Amino acid sequence: MTRKQKRLALIGGALGVLGLAVGMVLFALRDNVVFFYGPTEMAEKQVGAGLRLRIGGLVKAGTLAHLEGKSITFDVTDGHHDVPVAYTGLLPDLFKEGQGVVAEGALDKGGVFRADSILAKHDERYMPREVADALKKQGTWQATTGAPPAGKTASGAPQ
Amino acid sequence: MIVEVGHYALVLALAIALMQTVLPFWGARARDARLMALARPTALTQFAFVALSYAALTYAHVVSDFSLSNVVDNSNSNMPLVYKISGVWGNHEGSMMLWVLILTLSGAAMAVFSRAIPPRLLADALSVQGFLGAAFLLFILLTSNPFARLSPAPIEGADLNPILQDPGLAIHPPLLYLGYVGFSIVFSLAAAALIGGRIDAAFARFIRPWTLAAWCFLTLGIAMGSYWAYYTLGWGGFWFWDPVENASLLPWLAGTALLHSAAVMEKREALKIWTIFLAILTFSLSLLGTFLVRSGVLTSVHAFASDPQRGLFILAILVLFIGGSLFLFMLRAPTLSKGGLFAPVSREGALVLNNLLLTASCAAVFVGTLYPLALEAWNGDKISVGAPFFNLTFGPLFAPLLLIMPIGQMLAWKRANLLGAIQRLFFAAACGFIAMAVFYAVQGAPTLAVIGAGVAVYLIIGSFVEVFGRIFPAGLFKSKNAFARAKGLPLSAWGSAFAHAGLGVTLLGLAATGWGAEKVVAMKAGEVYDVGPYRLEVVGTTSDVGPNYKEAVAHMTIRRGGEVVALLEPSKRFFSTRRMSTSQAGIVTLNFGQIYVSIADQNDNGTIDARLYWKPLVSLIWFGALVMAFGGGLSLSDRRLRVGVARRAAKLPSNAQTAS
Repeated sequence: MTRKQKRLALIGGALGVLGLAVGMVLFALRDNVVFFYGPTEMAEKQVGAGLRLRIGGLVKAGTLAHLEGKSITFDVTDGHHDVPVAYTGLLPDLFKEGQGVVAEGALDKGGVFRADSILAKHDERYMPREVADALKKQGTWQATTGAPPAGKTASGAPQ
Repeated sequence: MIVEVGHYALVLALAIALMQTVLPFWGARARDARLMALARPTALTQFAFVALSYAALTYAHVVSDFSLSNVVDNSNSNMPLVYKISGVWGNHEGSMMLWVLILTLSGAAMAVFSRAIPPRLLADALSVQGFLGAAFLLFILLTSNPFARLSPAPIEGADLNPILQDPGLAIHPPLLYLGYVGFSIVFSLAAAALIGGRIDAAFARFIRPWTLAAWCFLTLGIAMGSYWAYYTLGWGGFWFWDPVENASLLPWLAGTALLHSAAVMEKREALKIWTIFLAILTFSLSLLGTFLVRSGVLTSVHAFASDPQRGLFILAILVLFIGGSLFLFMLRAPTLSKGGLFAPVSREGALVLNNLLLTASCAAVFVGTLYPLALEAWNGDKISVGAPFFNLTFGPLFAPLLLIMPIGQMLAWKRANLLGAIQRLFFAAACGFIAMAVFYAVQGAPTLAVIGAGVAVYLIIGSFVEVFGRIFPAGLFKSKNAFARAKGLPLSAWGSAFAHAGLGVTLLGLAATGWGAEKVVAMKAGEVYDVGPYRLEVVGTTSDVGPNYKEAVAHMTIRRGGEVVALLEPSKRFFSTRRMSTSQAGIVTLNFGQIYVSIADQNDNGTIDARLYWKPLVSLIWFGALVMAFGGGLSLSDRRLRVGVARRAAKLPSNAQTAS
């Protein structure tokens, strides 16, 4: 092979791998991305049954019910709209009525959100950012329910 | 008083950092040896002042000086001493202090151990390092002052976040930072080389030990973080593709690519421009990780809710250094001389393929990590990109590496015989297939686990085939002096064999997760559960009081064939100061596998909800990382790579460099 051919082979190989990478990324982004909605957004966007998504808001006080086994139901609210959620499994340490929650799953045909995981990525003073944003958007945000005073909540593993 | 000294030392360190930035750089332009020689003492002094300042902050934490708001927010007088000390970096301000401490430590290390480096290159490199230090010191002093006082001082502190009250906090961040920030040395050298405008094979020699050392620390840091998350978060996962984790994986992938391209540059003087680019890229990804974690743009276990001022400041640093170095690269790269060419089938060719796949998988992780942030900034849509995305993109891009790694080791430089290399790997491949058959017979489905385990066995054995061939050139029984040959082999050959095998060990652990068993039960005293091949019996529960928490402990025995093999004591801790509870998983390691139990609160009827896991071979995931770092350490201690030797070897090229 001449110098030029070798260089072309190298560049061709590189472009091939990169093209493959780009293709896979685009393909994976199309089908494997989960949207996050607050209850009001869900009502506005008329989300259909079966679409996988995350919802976030507050666990509405007085709606948490324990059923047979480890099943529970509760409503997620942002003060304007509520979404009924059903979940079976163990709950994270910080799951409580009135606290922020993020659930991942899909709506069933009856309009109940079937969650298969409840996320607990926050301590009790810290509200998941998506939840805080969703509440702020609806004007139901109160600094006392979750917003940490600026710079005072520094807590978390440094990286 | 001591606190004020610490604060003042930090300001002095900034002043020295500015001196270190300007004077040696000026000296290198004006060819003034005395000004260039200032680089070394200023780097050492800067480190000394930052260390002094850091010690003062640690002192304030140890004696629980609650007049410091940093101590009030993150400490408590009842905390055990080890968490008072490690709690210093368990918060934003202290964590940045640790970052700068290690940054200046890197500068000092470069000043002490790099006498082989030509004076102009070293002066420029330390000047860049000083500039980095100045930027981050300014960031700490202006936006994240750990020495801010509080008046009146409260009597008691708010305690450290209970999740962080763990030995993991004492080990994980320093290791990770040594890796992350250690790459700053390589970055500074690359920037200096671009400023000087001349790059030859000797440059690869200068950066190789530093890259290797940083890479080892980063490997250990990531593994430690993963194990910490595994045992502390209570649902048995060890990698969540969380943006914070990805932020540490990105420099690891780029750093691994750099390690290999530097080898090509050192041996064959090819891939010069690419190596420089990777050196810049690796540390840029470290900076990006710092931005993601420190600015509070993410929501995750590690997240902070801090003010945007900090975010903007770090963003400015990010743009300055990444943009600046890439601009320099753009100006200089076309003027660099082209390296030698090589046949596609050769060691160089294999390493180029390695670099392609590593950077492509790095790019895939990069997109998955930043796309949600970009999308939200663009149109406000909030999305999460989770494991399915990364499995589909990172997986297929990384998997070929596992197969070609042993082949690449067998290929000769310049031009090689692919068929011959593959033939020599026949034994390793056969072992892999046999392992697949055995695993399938013993464990069964899923197929992916069987294939993964087989590939892992092939990789572990294949990694040593090259070393084996050099020890026993005429076959296992006919070769004489095998022991002397093994001793005579360069340590770097052993190093790469171990590092590659370590990845195989990790892969074996990952593959075996497919055979795990999981159960969620409401347990009562006296009940017996099957967990994998073991039987777990619940003995009872007790309550206990720790220094700053109360805990409920469940006691269990693990039996196999009637015999008790281990006791298990998972617990639930309640920290009264923060009114938070944490789960301490009960973990016992048996034959590299682990039984993992985490418990929830007691139910009204007296039962306790618990998750029981049997995870075969899971400990290999982290053990493999230890083996990788061990391999890196072996390579690092190779005489040929030692700095003093490099000096003698580098005499000639260094003259060429100073003549530019």
